Amino acid sequence: MSERIPVAEKILSANDRLAQENRARLDAHGVFSLNLMASPGAGKTSLIEHTIRGLTEQMRLGVIDGDIATSIDADRASAAGALAVQINTGGECHLDAVMLQGALNEIDLKQIDLLIVENVGNLICPASFQLGVHKSVLIASVPEGDDKPYKYPGMYRGVDALVINKIDLLPYVPFDMEYFKRGVEILNPDLVTFPLSCRTEEGLAEWMDWVTEMTESHRRGAASTDAAAPQEDSECESKAS
Amino acid sequence: MHELPITESILEIALRHAQAADAQRIRNIYLVIGQLSTVVDESVQFYWGLVAEGTIAEDARLQFRRIPAEMECLECHQRYPPSEDNMGCPSCGSEVVRVVAGDEFYVEAIDVDSNAVSEEIDPAGAEA
Repeated sequence: MSERIPVAEKILSANDRLAQENRARLDAHGVFSLNLMASPGAGKTSLIEHTIRGLTEQMRLGVIDGDIATSIDADRASAAGALAVQINTGGECHLDAVMLQGALNEIDLKQIDLLIVENVGNLICPASFQLGVHKSVLIASVPEGDDKPYKYPGMYRGVDALVINKIDLLPYVPFDMEYFKRGVEILNPDLVTFPLSCRTEEGLAEWMDWVTEMTESHRRGAASTDAAAPQEDSECESKAS
Repeated sequence: MHELPITESILEIALRHAQAADAQRIRNIYLVIGQLSTVVDESVQFYWGLVAEGTIAEDARLQFRRIPAEMECLECHQRYPPSEDNMGCPSCGSEVVRVVAGDEFYVEAIDVDSNAVSEEIDPAGAEA
């Protein structure tokens, strides 16, 4: 005889559980983490290079680069001065929690304060897969066009910060900033936004300040919650004090 | 483009719940998928044939229930479907709105053959 069994379980619950484990692991080491998402060519790797160069005096950075093939992006991050690990997704169009878990095994979390995860260039799939990082950042760029919030609402709704790159091209391409921002505001009210240009470096300072502030407040929070617990990560502790 | 891992996840959920109920066969899997979830039914159906083969779910039918996207205006509380290039409220023009439906993405239920009737697998025990 046939019987109906209620399930009511989210389809990506296994991924979400693993993402929580990744988060716990990062927290245990006091590492703050960012997931950078964007379409191909928006400037993810350029922004990461600038971020590494700009912050390397203040903190130790690690980068995990997701790409369908090649290690070009990880090589660029490494050349800029970060600990870098490449994940080749073998054709998958996004990173998921399992892939990040594998990459976390290859990076010494005791050696870093900030981990930047560069997702695969894609405005659709990465939004569906939680990784366990602390903040998700979307990098839009002016030449992509001002209609992207309307066409990719899932991506724009799910992020914690928005970078608008290549603002130096605003005089040359049709991009209605008001129309763009209206779409963003509806999907993600009061989203913290950084208009900037990696080429001219205009606006980069505000982005750096935000990343620094987020990393430091996370470290302070981690230090206060860890105060009572046995401290295995003495190196991080001594640096913070 | 990510329907393969999604299909594997659906299978894992269905098998786990079927085993917990000591079921012999899974006949139907009821999926609820909101319009804002970027999943193509046909693609999931295609992968299903590959990933479910050899399991108690291999003959299961995937039943998709699609939920249309719906917005709610937080000013006048009108509910409406978002249009392609304007997500603002069609009544009062407000842009202070939120998504109230369309995000769904879960396995709602499964139909299974319970132990007692499994003539294929345990014919001797059919009368039990």
